[in-house]
Amino acid sequence: MTVALFAPCFVDQFRASAAIAALRVLERLGVDVEVPSGAACCGQPPANAGFEDEGAPALERFVRTFRRYDTIIVLSGSCALHVRMHAAAFGDDGAGVAARTTEYCTYLHDVIGLDRLSSLGAERNARAAVHIGCHALRGLGLASPSELQEPRYDRVRAVLSTVRGLTFADLDRPDECCGFGGSFSVDEPAVSARMGLDRLADYGKGGAELLVSTDVSCLLHLDGLARRLGVSLPVMHVAELLAGEVSA
Amino acid sequence: MIVDHASAAEKFNANPERVTWHDATLWYAREKRDRAAAEVPEWETLRELASAIKEHTLSHLDEYLVMFERAAIANGAIVHWARNADEHNAIVHGILHSAGARRLVKSKSMLTEECHLNPYLEARGIDVVDTDLGERIVQLRREPPSHIVAPAIHLKREDIAETFVEHLGTEPGVHDPLVLVGAARVHLRERFLAAQAGLTGVNFAIAETGGIVVCTNEGNADLGVAVPPIHIASMGIEKLVPGPAELAVFLRLLARSGTGQRATVYTTHVHRPVRGQHFHIVLVDNGRTTQLGRTDFWRSLKCIRCGACMNTCPVYRRSGGHAYGSTVPGPIGSVLTPGIDLQKYAALPFASTLCGSCTAVCPVKIDLDAQLYRWRQVVTKAGHTGRMKRTLASVGGKLLAHPTLLAGAGRVARVVSRIFPQTLTNRFAGAWTKHREAPEPSPQSFRAWYAANRRGKK
Repeated sequence: MTVALFAPCFVDQFRASAAIAALRVLERLGVDVEVPSGAACCGQPPANAGFEDEGAPALERFVRTFRRYDTIIVLSGSCALHVRMHAAAFGDDGAGVAARTTEYCTYLHDVIGLDRLSSLGAERNARAAVHIGCHALRGLGLASPSELQEPRYDRVRAVLSTVRGLTFADLDRPDECCGFGGSFSVDEPAVSARMGLDRLADYGKGGAELLVSTDVSCLLHLDGLARRLGVSLPVMHVAELLAGEVSA
Repeated sequence: MIVDHASAAEKFNANPERVTWHDATLWYAREKRDRAAAEVPEWETLRELASAIKEHTLSHLDEYLVMFERAAIANGAIVHWARNADEHNAIVHGILHSAGARRLVKSKSMLTEECHLNPYLEARGIDVVDTDLGERIVQLRREPPSHIVAPAIHLKREDIAETFVEHLGTEPGVHDPLVLVGAARVHLRERFLAAQAGLTGVNFAIAETGGIVVCTNEGNADLGVAVPPIHIASMGIEKLVPGPAELAVFLRLLARSGTGQRATVYTTHVHRPVRGQHFHIVLVDNGRTTQLGRTDFWRSLKCIRCGACMNTCPVYRRSGGHAYGSTVPGPIGSVLTPGIDLQKYAALPFASTLCGSCTAVCPVKIDLDAQLYRWRQVVTKAGHTGRMKRTLASVGGKLLAHPTLLAGAGRVARVVSRIFPQTLTNRFAGAWTKHREAPEPSPQSFRAWYAANRRGKK
């Protein structure tokens, strides 16, 4: 059983601490995990901007890099979804990689389990706003989206419930998009920013002292908005909380 | 004119209080929808069923259309076929002209908006009155609807009061909704009684029985059907359902999804003309068969025009319906209109974060976010994307495929500044930093950290 961890390009460059934390958590849980150095990106940014063909070489490289692993853990809901949806375009290897690719929290919840996660002994006395990226939520089904009339479940909050002392802020709109949306953030800056500011206001109303997310991309956008506003809201990836990282 | 959603949305956002109000108004509809849907234990099964019925009907549309026509004619209706908007408008005008009718009352019909029927008829001396309150308001203001179910949702009651002072002679400064509605009622009653023909939209057409179904909350369609001697029902050919049993599935979904009501106040079934009345049905294609032939997009024709995707769309709520510049705005509009004029509507598939809320709320399970993604590919391949963005994508794509390039050159920012022209990076950086601080690069990339700290591992 070989397990690989993939940290997307923007995590690698702008939030290396999240990837380091994600790796340390997996190692402490006894997962024999490798970080192969063949791929920098899954090709999602150009593909979602309408340049699927231009993004294809990156995805193909992703497939070549990860085809020999039994499980490919991706530290981003939207990158994981892109691989799962589109890697099958690259033959049997691609279809296999698509099927064996999973998002980080999903792996912790479904494979590791809450009991073993509790053994990490993570602790944080704070009220957190939880933001599940839309692709993680509606694309990968990490939690039940508010639109669907189905039994409620939430794998992210379940994972976070193993962090002692952590409570959750009540939000008016628990799963409204933050407005990042990849190229949308620069194509439509006015609406993108407004969406993010509305999320921040909701977090403030819920008394959040911390923002925790499955997706670093959403966090970079929300953090950029909060800093511009002068609002102090530390942002963390789920892995950073589990690893016991103190600062944001 | 090419639609520039981003610029229009930026203008809309120049008034943040209005955005707050618009967002809250539509979100209220979404919450009502959630409560209404939660009352139905088999909600998700209904959606599945509705989707399957529509896919079946669209896959056999030729047979169902003929079945419908035969039944409608047997009921005493006069059936017309229109290939496009011009033909539709000419048919409607022909009916009115040959009967000498010059005063037409209309109930809500997005199809006639799509065909630009009103200006066509007005240019030919017909007095056209939209009788749905919201439609009448935007008609008086010479504006297009901004929402398919709530055409005047972009207006506050103060705006409406001003319009009524000008057109209906209400007292200036009176904003009381009851007073305003009272004035509209008197105004519209006069028009109904004087009308020589009534035109309605069609929510559903029943192939088996040849009947049409119109759903409204104001009863205006019923007056338009019952009072004048001519009734014209205009419908897109995708409105068909096989029979009454299938209709029931949609009637349970439509109002709950759109407005959070269990049913619309009026659900009017019309099968045959009242004695002495002429009942015309105009079946309109206007690009629908072309869309039906598109593998990636034909499922958009399942739409029952409930408006739920607009109410839930975080971008629609914060950009307003007019920013889309199309008859149907919001997520469904952004997958329907590029097929009509790709260059004009090239921006619309990008007016989305692909959050997928539209797909999850849609009562007929249209895969809206997937279709937006596919339209983006079509738009860029057709070259309707700025040259700068194309350069960014093509060079960026190569860069992203080569991690060694990244690793060798160090930080992304440095690589980007080396590869891309300064004007391009400045423009993108500018769009980011207009509202946000730029992200701080990590002191050491994860890859570099891993190489230094997990030596010997892969």
